[in-house]
Amino acid sequence: MISPTLFNVTTIFYMASTLAFFAYLAGRNKNIGLGGVALAWAGFAIHTVATGLRWKESYDIGMGHAPLSNLYESVVFFAWSIVLIFGLIDAKYKYRVIGAFVMPFALLAMAWGQLYLPTDINPLMPALQSNWLLYHVLTCFLGYAAFAVACGVSIMYLIKAKSEERGTDAAGGIVSQFPPTKVLDELNYKAIMIGFPLLTLGIITGAAWANYAWGTYWSWDPKETWSLIVWFIYAAFLHARFTKGWVGKRAAWISIVGFAATIFCYLGVNLLLSGLHSYGGI
Amino acid sequence: MSTASPSILTKIQDFLASLRLTMALLLILAIVSIIGTVIPQGQLAPEYLAAIGGEQGNRYKLYSMLGFFNMYYSWWFVGLLSLLSLNLTACSIKRLPGVWRVAFKPDGLLTDSVERSATVCHKLPAAEALSLKEIAVRLRSTWGTASDIEHEGTRHLFVQRRPWNRLAAYVVHASIILIFAGAIIGNLFGFKGFVNIPEGGSAGTYLDKKGGEKPLGFTITCDQFTVTYYDAPGGGQSQMPKEFKSILTLTENGREVPGYKHARVIVNEPLTYRGITFYQSSYGSSGSHTFKAGDPKGGKEVTLTLDSQSSATLPDGSRIRVLESVQDVSPFMQGLHGPAARIDLTPGEGHQHLTVVAFANHPELNRQQAKENGGMVIDYLGGEERPYTGLQVNKDPGVWVVWIGCILMCLALYVAFFMPHQRIWVRQDKDGIVIAGHTTRGQETFRTTMEELLVTIRVNPGKEEQQS
Repeated sequence: MISPTLFNVTTIFYMASTLAFFAYLAGRNKNIGLGGVALAWAGFAIHTVATGLRWKESYDIGMGHAPLSNLYESVVFFAWSIVLIFGLIDAKYKYRVIGAFVMPFALLAMAWGQLYLPTDINPLMPALQSNWLLYHVLTCFLGYAAFAVACGVSIMYLIKAKSEERGTDAAGGIVSQFPPTKVLDELNYKAIMIGFPLLTLGIITGAAWANYAWGTYWSWDPKETWSLIVWFIYAAFLHARFTKGWVGKRAAWISIVGFAATIFCYLGVNLLLSGLHSYGGI
Repeated sequence: MSTASPSILTKIQDFLASLRLTMALLLILAIVSIIGTVIPQGQLAPEYLAAIGGEQGNRYKLYSMLGFFNMYYSWWFVGLLSLLSLNLTACSIKRLPGVWRVAFKPDGLLTDSVERSATVCHKLPAAEALSLKEIAVRLRSTWGTASDIEHEGTRHLFVQRRPWNRLAAYVVHASIILIFAGAIIGNLFGFKGFVNIPEGGSAGTYLDKKGGEKPLGFTITCDQFTVTYYDAPGGGQSQMPKEFKSILTLTENGREVPGYKHARVIVNEPLTYRGITFYQSSYGSSGSHTFKAGDPKGGKEVTLTLDSQSSATLPDGSRIRVLESVQDVSPFMQGLHGPAARIDLTPGEGHQHLTVVAFANHPELNRQQAKENGGMVIDYLGGEERPYTGLQVNKDPGVWVVWIGCILMCLALYVAFFMPHQRIWVRQDKDGIVIAGHTTRGQETFRTTMEELLVTIRVNPGKEEQQS
């Protein structure tokens, strides 16, 4: 079993990347920013290998299934998705500073999983033995990750907008490093443009699977309902940009509230409410 | 009156078609949906009363009146969803004609207003640009044939890509209505029910949601039901179920249905026949047991047979119910052998109920127990427990409409976000060439495309110098 060690190494890389981005935020040294991205990608590569190994190891002990079946595995996959979406957006738009607001989410997820959650590989109960598990979890978590990136960008937007209002933006502080509000607004929208179709697919694959397993595509189970709540919020976000009075700060707030609802949908429902999606180990 | 009423009508129409209403509805739906995730849905009244309490159940009455216990089907929640559908429809009807004109009936003129709203706009002095005819040739290879219009003495070229992108948002809206329609069809023409079949037994009916017995139209036999478990880490089997499996055979009009003999149903692999689908849902065991009850002082004896789920009354007024049974008791009780049943015995008024074991091969023990508790002697004559399979029975003729809606929604979202409508206008006037471009999404990439296009229509400056 090498994968547990590799997951620890991944966590260390994400921590180093986060610290590098913080340093970049403070010192504006381009090489440090590049270092942050390089560390994130390196961590991502190790993370991918570790996930593949865990998958293989589950077959070795006779339980063979994709590592997406309990809370620990999902939280680790969430971190992987966040780094992937961040990496892609960084590669396309090259606003390094965003890393300081997005990598902490990945680090937090990884650290929580590695330090506090049971990491055992468990056999798959009959209801989860389906190919839909892979499609459903994959689409949902990539969507969640895009929303995490959008949330990070929205927080930057609110900080930047406040500093612009105060007129302190030109003073050369950390905030002056941020991309202009117009760019942040655009990035927020782009991240949600990636996340929303993925969430839609996630809900649909979940419905298709439920129909296949139980004969009901929608039963207003708390998890289903919360995913729909998240969907409503981001649908509102997408319409906000064409609606007077809903552009700018308000849109940024919708994005932040949307991510809070996403996290509740992912964790709150399982830890606080009862329903069909029970994760083992907690 | 006659002048006021149309304006009110217009106001209502505008309100129904407004984006502000969309925003309000989406956010209200998001907030009120939370209620049903906090209050468990579809439980029985006593459970709610116990959980909520309040002064004489006043809170219960209020919640009940607001439909909080089944809120996703309450009049106001369904009302909100209907209003959203109305809003989507009104919005689409209002905007679609204009959008259609922009996409499919463009006038192709580079007017001042087009120039202002363009994503990119470049001006080239006449000397630096190719002729309009040459530009049209350059455009053809990557953008297709441009329309060439002469309007009030000025010539305009116009070419566009993916105009159908404009319809994508409306397809998303239509897909939502389609999904609702599918859900309604399923509710009207489908059913959900349940059937328990013991191993070796058959059923021709199912129980609907209200507990009524409905005919299936064919007979379903459970040939076998098995549960298999994962291996425990130290060898042997663990408590973790690996598979619940029913082997079913369908017969219709006394004949086996071809292809449905010994058909397998496991969780995630249902069986469908005549539009009715069977899902592996639960399991248990049931059977019947026979006892002989007699007075300890001799005299009258009765023999009675009861199902494992039901209870029976003995001649002395006490009631018995089977808790569990074994074919051979020796592994559990040293020195004893043969069948035995553990039963729950409830003597008449004023006595505590107790648990006794009735044996088949040890009548002396049965007599001793009767002496101890002062009741009748109960001898076990034997019985059998058979596993049964619990199947969810479903018919939903609307489900395909729902899936078509879902697929349309995904495709349309992809088109809306990632396949932008792009347009290019070129105008020749006395100062030179004006080229403008517009895209609905992905401005960065489009700007680069336009820069590249600009290079191809510019007269090569180096070449010009050589010529002069």
